[in-house]
Amino acid sequence: MPASRLLPTPFHGSEEAFHMIAQGAEGVVYRTNFLSSNSSTSPSNDISGNAALKIRYPKPWRHPILDRRLTRQRILAEARVLVKLSRELRAPGDGISGAVPNVLGMSSEEGWLATEWIEGATVKAGIRGWEERQRVLREKAQRGDDVASEAQLEVLRALLRRIGAVVGRLHVCGIVHGDLTTSNMMVRACKPSPMGKAEAVASTSDDDKLEGEIVLLDFGLAQQSIADEDRAVDLYVLERAFGSTHPKVMEGRYSGQSAGAMFDEVLQAYAVATGKAGKITLRKLEDVRMRGRKKSMLG
Amino acid sequence: MPIAIGLEGSANKLGVGIISHPQRLSTPQFPHDSAYSEDEPKPHGSKYVSPPVEILANLRHTFVTPPGTGFLPKDTAIHHRRWVVRLVKQAMQQAKVKLEDVDCICYTKGPGMGAPLGSVAIAARTLSQLWGKPLIGVNHCVGHIEMGRAITGADNPVVLYVSGGNTQVIAYSAQRYRIFGEALDIAVGNCLDRFARVLNISNDPAPGYNIEQLAKKGKVLLELPYAVKGMDVSFSGILARVEEMAKRLEASQTGSDGPWKDEESGEPITQGDLCFTLQETVYAMLVEITERAMAHVGASQVLIVGGVGCNERLQQMMGKMASERNGSVYATDERYCIDNGIMIAHAGLLAHKMGFRTALQESTFTQRFRTDEVLINWRD
Repeated sequence: MPASRLLPTPFHGSEEAFHMIAQGAEGVVYRTNFLSSNSSTSPSNDISGNAALKIRYPKPWRHPILDRRLTRQRILAEARVLVKLSRELRAPGDGISGAVPNVLGMSSEEGWLATEWIEGATVKAGIRGWEERQRVLREKAQRGDDVASEAQLEVLRALLRRIGAVVGRLHVCGIVHGDLTTSNMMVRACKPSPMGKAEAVASTSDDDKLEGEIVLLDFGLAQQSIADEDRAVDLYVLERAFGSTHPKVMEGRYSGQSAGAMFDEVLQAYAVATGKAGKITLRKLEDVRMRGRKKSMLG
Repeated sequence: MPIAIGLEGSANKLGVGIISHPQRLSTPQFPHDSAYSEDEPKPHGSKYVSPPVEILANLRHTFVTPPGTGFLPKDTAIHHRRWVVRLVKQAMQQAKVKLEDVDCICYTKGPGMGAPLGSVAIAARTLSQLWGKPLIGVNHCVGHIEMGRAITGADNPVVLYVSGGNTQVIAYSAQRYRIFGEALDIAVGNCLDRFARVLNISNDPAPGYNIEQLAKKGKVLLELPYAVKGMDVSFSGILARVEEMAKRLEASQTGSDGPWKDEESGEPITQGDLCFTLQETVYAMLVEITERAMAHVGASQVLIVGGVGCNERLQQMMGKMASERNGSVYATDERYCIDNGIMIAHAGLLAHKMGFRTALQESTFTQRFRTDEVLINWRD
């Protein structure tokens, strides 16, 4: 990282540890402690902390006035969407469990946004782990094909249905994500027990790793929109990303089904979660797919 | 030594180029190859994989219209018809090649303006029949990309293709140039050209060049819309807004509206400020989507092609972005950035070597021809 990048106030000179998690085109994500008594001042190599801190560093190639304006707008937009969703996404009673990280703090002037740290693995890692387990099982059984057992398939299908339901709920809230991929979704490692107390599930089997609450991340490209076109494009982006990240699942190699049959689990659960409006969106998705790309031909 | 003639006329430039691809020797022959004179970017050592090319002739004639006007398809087609015979003759003389050494006639099949494309397609068909040479229809965008790679030696870059008719962010994957992002409405060059018309900026040598010179005198950054959607961009709203600003500027200068001053410095707003504002805004958008594409595909090289790619401010911004990502930017000068015949000859000859031919009855042209429709079977 260039030396010009100093942490913004109030993190600059802080004694907390900042562990870089990801560096994208938009900004850099660190894990750290934010307004927490469990300070990590003791020298330790453990990556810990209660917060994910996303910093949008100034882009030196952009005019400074323009750069400040854009950083400000984007941090504000992302924070607003997250706050709106953490209120509305988890509706009571219908059994759809999904969430976004809570916003802990932000500064649109300094260009940072701190959100709750989500324990767990990304959906991408979860599905890759599932695929790896199928490979091991297959080798044990000395089978040649990829077809997984019905019980194993049900674990994966249940995950896909929960993804569809959460995306549906997101759209019902009037938000489109703009960048739905399996790396922008987490399966939370702890799930609240009926008593409301968090209980660790690390001790139980690997399949449980696919069973936590789905948490959506990275709303940097999110928009407030209820247009069918935007919703359909959101689903199309997910479908394309899913196909390029998990091609064997997409091609139906584990279930012996036709290509796309597994992803239909996502779409069916989406339809259930969205009702009438969802049916229109799914019809629109057909159009978007037929275009061969995600936008209409305008000249 | 395969030799090709390329004819380009998709917009207001008529280009004729003659290229030769010397047979590949077992030892690399660059940078002594004639394509690399002192003033050109040198290929980057061992990364260089495109075949060395020898440029025998690269002529261009531009249809320049008076300030405040654009080029209409019909008039541009007439211009191309008037000049094509002269340009081909001159190119053949300059190249000093014998007719029997020429392997194929390449022409721009699309995308572009219909009427000018038609004029050049007729010229290409005529030459092909007259001389008994095979025809090769070439995608204009692929021509730009292949020429950029050959000249700069960029091996596998993310390509920003920016011109009067096209705005695309492209990366190569599995024998196609895939479009990761593009303009949703008008191209960036079209936005600049049409803004130049409102301000009556000269079209000679190019409106974009004159905007760049005026922008060097600008200081004040005014507020324009900034329309980036993922890896896509939109310029029509920006054009509408900056056109309004141009009208306000005109009204303030003729005195009917009172002077228009910058709120902070109190200095009057000038044409230069408008050009500066427009450039800073649209180029920031382009660099942003390029950066996103680079992060997405994990590339460190970026190649800028197309007429707008000559802009030094755009190259400078791209350079800063690339160096932050520990990458490098590759750009060419106006000989290869701006539409030219040599790029059509080059891409056509690459396809010719793979056995591609365009039969006479198929030698049509088309205004819409997407970059990813072409099978790039000459790359791994």
